[in-house]
Amino acid sequence: MAMTKEEILAGLSEIIDEIAGVPADEVTPDKTFVDDLDIDSLSMVEIAVAAQDKFGVEIPDDQLKDLKTVQDVIDYVERAGVTA
Amino acid sequence: MRIHSGAPGARVLAFGGYQPARIVTNDDLAASVDTNDEWIRSRVGIASRRIAGPDETVADMAVAAAGKALAGSGLSPADIDLVIVATCTPEVMIPNTAAVVARRLGISAPGAYDLNAACAGFCYALASASDAVRAGSARNVLVIGAEKLSQWVDWTDRSTCIIFADGAGAAVVGPSGGDDDAEAGVGPVVWGSDGDMADKIYVKDRNSFIFQEGQAVFRWATTALHPVALQACAEAGVDPAELAVFVPHQANLRIIEALARKIGAPQAKVATDIVHAGNTSSASIPLALSRMVERGELSTGDKALLIGFGAGVCYAAQVVAIP
Repeated sequence: MAMTKEEILAGLSEIIDEIAGVPADEVTPDKTFVDDLDIDSLSMVEIAVAAQDKFGVEIPDDQLKDLKTVQDVIDYVERAGVTA
Repeated sequence: MRIHSGAPGARVLAFGGYQPARIVTNDDLAASVDTNDEWIRSRVGIASRRIAGPDETVADMAVAAAGKALAGSGLSPADIDLVIVATCTPEVMIPNTAAVVARRLGISAPGAYDLNAACAGFCYALASASDAVRAGSARNVLVIGAEKLSQWVDWTDRSTCIIFADGAGAAVVGPSGGDDDAEAGVGPVVWGSDGDMADKIYVKDRNSFIFQEGQAVFRWATTALHPVALQACAEAGVDPAELAVFVPHQANLRIIEALARKIGAPQAKVATDIVHAGNTSSASIPLALSRMVERGELSTGDKALLIGFGAGVCYAAQVVAIP
């Protein structure tokens, strides 16, 4: 079952709120994790692990480093979801 | 041919710890590498660490910690018939550290060997000691974790020099009565390894420093280990809700907190010795335990869940009753 971008964003916002304490309404597609949301590399790993549980999409460390913005993650999950 | 059998069970009689005198704060490190106190505290949860003096050896620290454990146990050196030193940073490979430590403590002719399971070393050594007591190959065992990681750290590499530190911790393990004395035992070990991750933490050769792929290790530690810890509880017949204390290897405060959350032991104090001790590899668990006992935070009979994990990767967990 493919998820829409909106569904992925909603799920991702929940994860980011839980792990990094960033309110969901601040998590918009254009935001960068490091500079805008103040999320560090270890929290990114936790977010990737939680995303795997939620979306069933594995994000390995070598891919994770290229995901700079919320939109990058949405696109990654969407692409992987389609090919899965 | 006859086969020995030993005590029905094994228990920890006492813990002991030793930290070098020199305190290195985050500000001290920030003076020589590009880092700062806030960054270090938020990433690894360390405020300060102890670093051994230039002439202070792993054996020196092991002797200091083991001497305290031995004194606390009420046993004399003559009662010890096996010495195991868990270390991945011995001064020299030949001779081993255990025989040197035993001699300096006045323990005459014990079995003596070193064991390298990196940061899981203490839990491996504790399991080996418990098995030796139960098998009858030893009656009382001195188990030591001792490390001088500072000599394997590149002090210009801000990703590792903020983490690793020096110290030693020890436990005396002796016989217990078995089922009727089950409250005071060392529970079954759950251990394992995954050589596929050998390239995540390593020292390339004797002229190199510790390398660690932080994100990969963090991911492994926060996803693969809590089932091991919970399995150790199940094997010991101890519900996580009964745990009085959780003592994971003091690798990184964020790993410690993630593990504690996933294990779900609401009553358990969580060891956070890393804040002022740094990551002392195989020494971290007995060092944390000895300090908690010294501060009066633990009571006799309290159930402690231990889990060591690190390079290899290797891991081991068991439930232990506090002496």
